[in-house]
Amino acid sequence: MTATTIKFYQTGTHTVGNRLLDPEHRSVQADMRRTNSLNSGHRACQGCGEALGARYAIDAAMQATDNQLIAANATGCLEVFSTPYPETSWQIPWIHSLFGNTAAVATGIAAAMRVKGRSDVRVVAQGGDGGTTDIGFGCLSGMFERNDDVLYICYDNEAYMNTGVQRSSATPGAARTATTPAVGTAPGNVFGQGKNLPLIAMAHEIPYVATAIVSELRDLEAKVKRAMEIRGARYIHVFVPCPLGWGTNSWDTIHIARLAKETGVFPVFEAERDQIVSVSKIRKQLPVEDYLRPQRRFAHLFSPKPNTDAIAHIQALADRNIRRFGLVDPAADTAIAAPVATGNP
Amino acid sequence: MEKPFAITLDVGSSLANKTGTWRTYRPQYVDRLPPCNNACPAGENIQEWLFHAESGDYEQAWRALTANNPLPAVMGRVCYHPCETACNRGQLDESVGINSVERFLGDQAIKLGWKFTPPASSSGKQVLVVGAGPSGLSAAYHLARLGHQVTIQEAGPFAGGMMRFGIPKYRLPRDVLDAEVQRILDLGVVLQLNTKVENIEQSMKAGGFDAAFLAVGAHIAKRAYIPAADSARMLDAMQVLRGMEDEEKPMLGRRVVVYGGGNTALDVARTAKRLGATDAIIVYRRTREKMPAHDFEVEEALQEGIMIKWLSTIKNMSDEGTLTVEKMALDASGFPQPTGEFETLESDSLVLALGQDVDLSLLNGVPGLEIKDGVVQVGTNMMTGRAGIFAGGDMVPSERTVTVAIGHGKKAARNIDAWLRGETFAPAPKHALAEFDKLNTWYYDDAPKMVRPTLDLARRQSTFEEVVGGLDESTALFEARRCLSCGNCFECDNCYGVCPDNAVIKLGPGNRFEFNYDYCKGCGICRTECPCGAIVMVPETI
Amino acid sequence: MLKQCEGSHAVAATVALCRPEVICAYPISPQTHIVEGLSEMVRDGTLPGCEFINVESEFAALSVAIGSSAAGARSYTATASQGLLYMAEAVWNASGLGLPIVMTLANRAIGAPINIWNDHTDAMSMRDAGWIQLFAENNQEAADLHIQAFRLAEEVSLPIMVCMDGFILTHAYEGVDIPTQEQVDAYLPPYEPRQVLDPRDPVSIGAMVGPEAFTEVRYLAHAKQMQALELIPQLAAEFQQQFGRDSGGLIRQYRMEDADTVVIALGSVLGTIKDTIDDLRDEGNKIGVLGITSFRPFPLTEIRDAVSHVRRVVVVEKCFAVGIGGIVSRDVRTAMRNRPQPLYCVVAGLGGRAITKDSLHQLFMEAIEDKLEPLTFLDLDWNAVNRELERERLTRRSGPIAENLLRDLGVVAARVG
Repeated sequence: MTATTIKFYQTGTHTVGNRLLDPEHRSVQADMRRTNSLNSGHRACQGCGEALGARYAIDAAMQATDNQLIAANATGCLEVFSTPYPETSWQIPWIHSLFGNTAAVATGIAAAMRVKGRSDVRVVAQGGDGGTTDIGFGCLSGMFERNDDVLYICYDNEAYMNTGVQRSSATPGAARTATTPAVGTAPGNVFGQGKNLPLIAMAHEIPYVATAIVSELRDLEAKVKRAMEIRGARYIHVFVPCPLGWGTNSWDTIHIARLAKETGVFPVFEAERDQIVSVSKIRKQLPVEDYLRPQRRFAHLFSPKPNTDAIAHIQALADRNIRRFGLVDPAADTAIAAPVATGNP
Repeated sequence: MEKPFAITLDVGSSLANKTGTWRTYRPQYVDRLPPCNNACPAGENIQEWLFHAESGDYEQAWRALTANNPLPAVMGRVCYHPCETACNRGQLDESVGINSVERFLGDQAIKLGWKFTPPASSSGKQVLVVGAGPSGLSAAYHLARLGHQVTIQEAGPFAGGMMRFGIPKYRLPRDVLDAEVQRILDLGVVLQLNTKVENIEQSMKAGGFDAAFLAVGAHIAKRAYIPAADSARMLDAMQVLRGMEDEEKPMLGRRVVVYGGGNTALDVARTAKRLGATDAIIVYRRTREKMPAHDFEVEEALQEGIMIKWLSTIKNMSDEGTLTVEKMALDASGFPQPTGEFETLESDSLVLALGQDVDLSLLNGVPGLEIKDGVVQVGTNMMTGRAGIFAGGDMVPSERTVTVAIGHGKKAARNIDAWLRGETFAPAPKHALAEFDKLNTWYYDDAPKMVRPTLDLARRQSTFEEVVGGLDESTALFEARRCLSCGNCFECDNCYGVCPDNAVIKLGPGNRFEFNYDYCKGCGICRTECPCGAIVMVPETI
Repeated sequence: MLKQCEGSHAVAATVALCRPEVICAYPISPQTHIVEGLSEMVRDGTLPGCEFINVESEFAALSVAIGSSAAGARSYTATASQGLLYMAEAVWNASGLGLPIVMTLANRAIGAPINIWNDHTDAMSMRDAGWIQLFAENNQEAADLHIQAFRLAEEVSLPIMVCMDGFILTHAYEGVDIPTQEQVDAYLPPYEPRQVLDPRDPVSIGAMVGPEAFTEVRYLAHAKQMQALELIPQLAAEFQQQFGRDSGGLIRQYRMEDADTVVIALGSVLGTIKDTIDDLRDEGNKIGVLGITSFRPFPLTEIRDAVSHVRRVVVVEKCFAVGIGGIVSRDVRTAMRNRPQPLYCVVAGLGGRAITKDSLHQLFMEAIEDKLEPLTFLDLDWNAVNRELERERLTRRSGPIAENLLRDLGVVAARVG
């Protein structure tokens, strides 16, 4: 992991801030001077994971670029809740054009900055999973292939939330959405390969690809910072729970994200070109049921009677992630090395 | 610039949209009572001094600690640390080694010569403290810091009471005790040794004291009737332990039997071993589970080769020291019952460690006092039935530990102070307890407890060197940082970071946070993600 | 400097003189030679300070232009036909955001059946998208209109399509006067955006606008086009003054002075029409022609005034609104509202069908005699149509229409297949 591993015994590196850390090791979000790029007054639902993920990512990008940042934004929740006329929550130069063209718009901005001799100004494109894995995929792939100097950030909440929770190619198997209802012999979304965009991005051999999660702020910030140190096409896929679409408690957004990682459902890793260079290990491995159970979109897996086949399928996918990305280190001692007491009796 | 209408907007304009109106629940910051603080008989604010220790500010930590307890180096050795039993971290991995850190701070203070801050002004009041044990010293310290002139009258030749006469050197080196007593005296407390108060009212009148705190302890050993031949060598634990402070050490022989199951019994047996006994045997009528002695002390004793005969009572002792021992069996309610089975045990001496009584003779003739079960009854303000006379420690009804005694001293001092001003001391109301289930323990890293070094066994069995060592700075710091800060904000910035609406205002180091209710939508993520349970959600009223 | 060159190269050379900063393109016939020419000039350094971006679709092409234009760069792209439809969403977006992108549209038919040849269906499909649409009559005008388009677009903050007939103009070699860089620089100042993405002065562009302001936003777009209506003749006049050439403007009139009959058309077909009219004049007919250069904004007043004295109007248009008829003619009818003269709509040249002088001559004669139907399809093969209609009447599975027609015409194996 690129995050500096600071073992702080009381709260580890897990909390947002820590009064005992050196200033250079503190998170952007702990900083009183953070930009709040996505400011208060936006109209995201209570407990919105995307609002959180977006502020985390863009604040980090702002710090990494000394506030020389322009963002292009796909149509979707993030766009709608942040910029309904006459109010915008963005504190940065920001443009929304269409649902499926964000990567291309960002390419245009980057080109403009280059010809204007403003290469210090960096460009971020952002969108939800629908705007990224489905309708925006063509433009995204083109941007990757040309290796344009754009960081694309996908906030993945696994369905079209803005339009009322319809299935996207990022929706997981068995999940109930408005277009994959929990009825019939195979309720919820079909099991398929899904569209694993981080791996597809890696197949483009762009300089940097990473996944991140709102429950691991420092990791997320470190990845944005790393991405901003690199020129060319970069992709960060941020897992952002959606209380409304997933049927979870508004207060559990981060908790659910954490469970996604600890069960292996969502692998957190980092790649350069087509090679994985680091993996955020599972700290306390949990069965996928722990992740599925608190979500109403998976309620049909547990009642009226448990759908053991579907749960086993999801577990198998998680296990595959764990094997494929090496998410569990059998030899890892998650406890920190204790300093040896040298006091003399 | 002149912007196109409606499609292009000025930054920051969303602040006009006060999303706080969406809220049905509102987050609030709370403080809860950490279980360690709650469990500390001396009323220490453990979490507070650990907080300072975490940042390596040991002097500040020591000052916070000694605001409640003037004897950290002693307590860091002899306290049975109920704080650690209560510590929530015990449910996570292992409890925080509060006692070790306390000792480190106490030792650091001695090493670096830290002194107490003298009181800003004098009250002009005189207070007599009877007894220089933990309770008396604690009361004297607090009274002195409150500006009163304190005189301690101690019957014995040294200050320390049971800390000196009841606790062996291998657990509490005397130079440590002396240093901490001296620091209290340096506040201007007058210590009069070898001054036994025969009659408290006379002593008060003679010295012109406005109030008195009695803390004479319990020094009279309880005896059990054991038929014994004349020449049989039978002693009590107090004789043995007090004798250890004399030039002439007690003669116990090679085979020493100790009768009793408390910590004192263990202290005597371990002392006997160090005095050269080949066999030190404890006879106790019940089982290990029922033994009042602390488990770690039993464990240390067993390591040192102390033998314990469980479920046994001593019936008699012959001239030659042969003890007749009856085997016992626990009945359904857990009480030992005689079985009629007997065996014999050879001994050079038998030491009775069956508890102690209080010498209450100084109270003879004082009107209004109530004495019950051999101890003085006091009110919640530690005052006896006689106005102006307060009492604490082993001479009042309570658990008899050094820590409890220190707590009595503090409590009495605060009440005496209020009483002297014609007021009533009202302690600050306690917060609700910070239970384990209020915490989000995900945020705490796994961190094993620091184990204090232990003297090697050969030296433990033959010398009175201190058995348990202290932590060094790095290990003490590590241990302090294991504190979870249960129930009280430690400024981890989590609430500030996890709010999707930027509705938490960070007020800067030491000033914690505020909610911005203009924008807080009441999602409750801050509550869920607060590691230490310092946020609650309360329903909004319309 | 007068140069004999292909229309596409004339346009490429002229666009380069306009100092575009970002050019993005996706290849589609017949636009290809324009962007090929520009890419070469960017590569070989004759067009410095410009990024040429090869994108993966027309949708991306215009989207890149949207981004670069919003970030303050003069932006250009070119497309045609299907490509314009593929970028349709972005077409509306660029005008909605008020971004002064200039795009060449090498006019071409829209399939199915797929057809690469010229007509105006593509441009007409986007006539309501909020772009200014200028139609070139010849390659000189095509080149000149780009210079005026950048100036106009940036002045009113609207995107502009410069329409030139595919193949007929793009691939035709003519003498074109390519101006000098100094001339163009004197006419076209550097781009000063009305709004720009800049960290030094951040704004949010592209807000969601609800019912409370949407009508106003749309009206303001209309108001800008009305401003353009004023500006276009001024810019054309200024152009003429500096370049010594009459190019652009709203409409162009030819032999209209005493005409009873006026033919209205757009684009290159005006040349053939003028030749036909010269013949008809020689034969003593009072007939003139009116070319529309600015189709959007539509010069209602100018057309109304120009045709106020005539007896009839014939609109020859290379496009067709299926189910109703002409497109240009309906707008002309709007200009002639409350006027009694008949208006004949003639659909001609679809999918590249040649519009010959003979056919036009016959057509105009019928118009002069008021024998025309309100809607006429020039040179329509009624036999082929009727055969297919009959086939469909007889057989449920009548097969694909286009292939049937080609088979009937006997061209399947021999010329196309």
